[in-house]
Amino acid sequence: MMTPLVVVVLIMAVAMIWLLRQTVNVRPWIEEQPLDNASSGASFSLPPATVGLGVFLAVATSLFVLTICAYFMRMMAADWRTLVFPSVLWLNTGMLIVSDLAMQSARAAARRAQMDRVRVGLIAAGICSFAFLAGQIWAWLQLNASGYFATANGGGGATVGPANSFFYLFTALHGVHVLGGLWVWGRTTARVWRGADAARVRLSVELCTVYWHYLLVVWLVLLALLVPAVSELCRGRLSF
Amino acid sequence: MVSVTHDESGYVPPAEVEEVELHHAHTFIGKYVFSQDAKWIGIQYGTTALAIGLVGLALSELMRLQLGFPSVFSFITPSNYLQYVTMHGLIMVVYLLTALFLGGFGNYLIPLMIGARDMVFPIMNMVSYWLYLLAVLILVASFFVPGGATGSGWTLYPPQAILPGTPGAGLGIVLTLVSLAVFIVGFTMGGLNYVVTVLQARTRGMTLMRLPLTVWGIFTATIMALLAFPALFVSAVMMLLDQTLGTSFFMPEIVLRGQHLEFSGGTPILFQHLFWYFGHPEVYIVALPAFGIASDLISTHARKNIFGYRMMVWAILIIGGLSFGVWAHHMFVSGMNMYFGFFFATTTLIIAIPTALKVYNWVLTLWRGNIHFTVPMLFAIAFVFTFVNGGLSGLFLGNVPIDVPLAHTLFVVAHFHMVMAVSPVLVFFGAIYHWYPKITGRMLDETMGKIHFWITFIGAYCIFYPMHYLGFLGVPRRYYAVDTAPFVPPSAQTLNEFITVAALIVGTTQLLFIYNLIWSYFKGKPAGSNPWQATTLEWQTAETPPQHGNFGQALPAVYRWAYDYSVPGAAQDFIPQNQPPAARAAGGAQGAR
Repeated sequence: MMTPLVVVVLIMAVAMIWLLRQTVNVRPWIEEQPLDNASSGASFSLPPATVGLGVFLAVATSLFVLTICAYFMRMMAADWRTLVFPSVLWLNTGMLIVSDLAMQSARAAARRAQMDRVRVGLIAAGICSFAFLAGQIWAWLQLNASGYFATANGGGGATVGPANSFFYLFTALHGVHVLGGLWVWGRTTARVWRGADAARVRLSVELCTVYWHYLLVVWLVLLALLVPAVSELCRGRLSF
Repeated sequence: MVSVTHDESGYVPPAEVEEVELHHAHTFIGKYVFSQDAKWIGIQYGTTALAIGLVGLALSELMRLQLGFPSVFSFITPSNYLQYVTMHGLIMVVYLLTALFLGGFGNYLIPLMIGARDMVFPIMNMVSYWLYLLAVLILVASFFVPGGATGSGWTLYPPQAILPGTPGAGLGIVLTLVSLAVFIVGFTMGGLNYVVTVLQARTRGMTLMRLPLTVWGIFTATIMALLAFPALFVSAVMMLLDQTLGTSFFMPEIVLRGQHLEFSGGTPILFQHLFWYFGHPEVYIVALPAFGIASDLISTHARKNIFGYRMMVWAILIIGGLSFGVWAHHMFVSGMNMYFGFFFATTTLIIAIPTALKVYNWVLTLWRGNIHFTVPMLFAIAFVFTFVNGGLSGLFLGNVPIDVPLAHTLFVVAHFHMVMAVSPVLVFFGAIYHWYPKITGRMLDETMGKIHFWITFIGAYCIFYPMHYLGFLGVPRRYYAVDTAPFVPPSAQTLNEFITVAALIVGTTQLLFIYNLIWSYFKGKPAGSNPWQATTLEWQTAETPPQHGNFGQALPAVYRWAYDYSVPGAAQDFIPQNQPPAARAAGGAQGAR
C-alpha cells in the first residue's frame, strides 16, 4: 500500500531538496551583493507555462498515486473480485499510443517550422484521443451491459466486485485529464489553423506533447494494475 | 538569464526582464467583477472568506448556547447541533483559513512582495476565485436542501456520513462533497499561479533568499496544498460514488434496522487515511503562512532584523516536509499496528523541533528590539504566546497512551483551537491591520483595533483554557448534552456557562472589527505609502493603493534582504529592499555594519 506513496515522497523530496540547496551558503544579511546573472529574476530559464505544466503534473501524479494507494488498500478486503476485463481497452491503448506518436511528430515538425506537418500531427493526435475517449465509454457500456455496474456486490451477484468500481474511477479520472488536454489541444489547433507562425505555437505544441506522454504513462500504469493477472499478483503480495 | 552590468557605485539599472502583457480592463465588470488583477482577486477572496467566516462564527455561538444553557433554546435540536459542529469546522478550516491565507493574502502580497506586475496566469487566477465562490455557495446551499447540511463532523467519516440517521445524509453530504471538489479544482488553479509566480516572476535581485518570510510561508504552504488536496479530492469523489451510485469504496457490510444494505467489504479506515493525509498537512497549510506573516510583523514592528532568517526558511521547509509523515496520529483511536503508532508518534514529536526553533527565533527577534506596540504587533505577540500554549498540549496528544483517553474529549477541542484556530486567526487579524493601509490607503482606527485585540485575545483564553480542564474531567466533545454522567460534576456546567458568555462577548466584538473595516475605509487617517516604515517592496510602490501593474513604469531592482532594520550607520532605521547602495551612501551611511 505504501509503495505508490514513494512517488509522492520523491516529488516532495525533490522540491524540498532543491529549495534547501538554494539556501545553503547564502547569507542574505550580508547586503548589497552586486547583481549578477545568478540573481536575475526567474529560478529556471523556462517559460512560466512550462514550469506551470511541471507543477500541474506533480499535482496530477499525487492524485493518481493516492487513488492507486486506495486501490491497493481496498484490494485486501475479502470481497475483492478480479475485474472482468473489457477487451476493447487494448484497442483504446493502441489509440492513445498512436495519438501520442502523432503529437510527437507535430512537435518535431514545429521545431523545424513545417506547419503543414504540425497541422497533420495535431489533427491526427486529436482524432485518436477522441477515439480513445469514445473507446473508454464503449468499455463502460460493455461492462454495464454485462451487468457489471459500478456497484460493489449490491444485487449484482458474486461476479460483480469493487474492482469494477475502481475501473470506473480510474478511467473517469484519466478521462477528465484527457479532456483537459484536448481543451488546450483545441486552442492550439485553432491557432495553427488561423495561420499562426511556428515560433508562436511551438511552445503550446511542445507542452501538449509532454502532457500526452504523461497521459500515456499514467494510462499504461492504470491499465497494468487493472489487468487481472497483475491485480491478482498485487493482491497476493499485499495479503502476504 | 539576463545579463546585468553595473557601474562602480554598484548601481544597477532597472530589471530588463520581459514585460508581461497585462490585461487592462476598461469596464466596471472587467475591473471589479471578473478582474484579472491579483490584488483585486485577493480582495475578493478575502471578503468572501471573511463573510463565510462570519457564518462559521455564528454557528459556533449557536453551539455554545446549547452547551452553556442546554434545553433553553428549543430551536437547537440534536440534529441541528451536529450540523453546526460540522459546518463550523469545515467552514473555518477550509473556506475561511485556507482561502484567506492562500487566496487572499497570497494573491495580494505575492506579486507585490516579489516585484512582479501580476500573477503569471491571470485568467486562471480569476477562474480560481469564481470556483471558490461557487464552492462556498454550494456549501451554503446545503443548509437549505431537504434534510439540511451534513452533520457528520468536519471529518465526514463514513459510514455514518452517508447513512440514514445522520443529519444531511442525503443531499446535504452530496452538496458538501461537490463543494469540496469544486474548491480543490479552484484552489489548484490558484496554487499553480502562486508557485510559478514565486519561481519565475521575481524581479531582478530578488533571489529566493531575499524573499520576505511571508512569501516563503505562502509558497511552501501552497506546494503542500497542491500535493495534499488531491487526497481530499479523491476521497470526496469516492464517497460521492458510495452515496449516489452505491459503490463500496468505504462502506462495509451493514445491517440497518434488520435490513441488509447493499454495501459490502469497503473500509472506512481507507477514508480516514486519505482524509488525514490531506488533513494534517492542512494544519500546516494554515500555519505556515501564519508563521511567515508573523515573522514579518514582528520584525517590522520591533525594528529589528528577523533572528536566524535562514533557519526560519529551513524550519518552514522541514515542517512542510515532515507534516506529510504524521497523518495517522489523528487515527490512534481507530486502532493500528503498534509499530505504526510508534512511528507516527515519533514523527509527531519530531515536528516540534523546527516549530520550537521558530518560536525561539521570534522571541530572539523581539529581544532588545525597538518594540512598537501597534495593533499588528499586539496580534503577532499574542500569536506567539498562543501558538506555544496550543503546541504544548500537542506534545501530550502526540503520545498514543495519552491521546487515546483524551481523543474524544474537550481537551482535543481546546488543543486544536489554540494551535490552529486562535493562532492563525490572530495572525490574519494582525495582517489585516498591517496591510489595510496599503490596500485602502487609510489606517484602521487604532482605538477600535486595541479594544478588538484585547477582548479577542483574553476572550480566546477564557473560552479555550477551561476546555482543557473539562477535557481532563472527561467531558466528551461533539455531544449535544451531557446530562447526568456521573463523572461530570455540576461545576462543569457552570464552567460551560462561563465559556459561552465569553464566546458571545468575543463573537460580538468581531462586529466591531467589521465596523472598523468599513468606517476606516471612508474616515480612517490617510496612511501614506509606507506608514510602518517597512522594507519590503509592497510599501515602495509609486501609488497607494497600488495601481494595476503594481510598480508604474519600471519594475524595482532588489539589492538586499527584507530585514534591514536599525542598520548601524544608516540614515533611517530601515532600508527598503530596492534602495541602491549608492543612494544609501548619499543618504549619509558609509556601509558600516
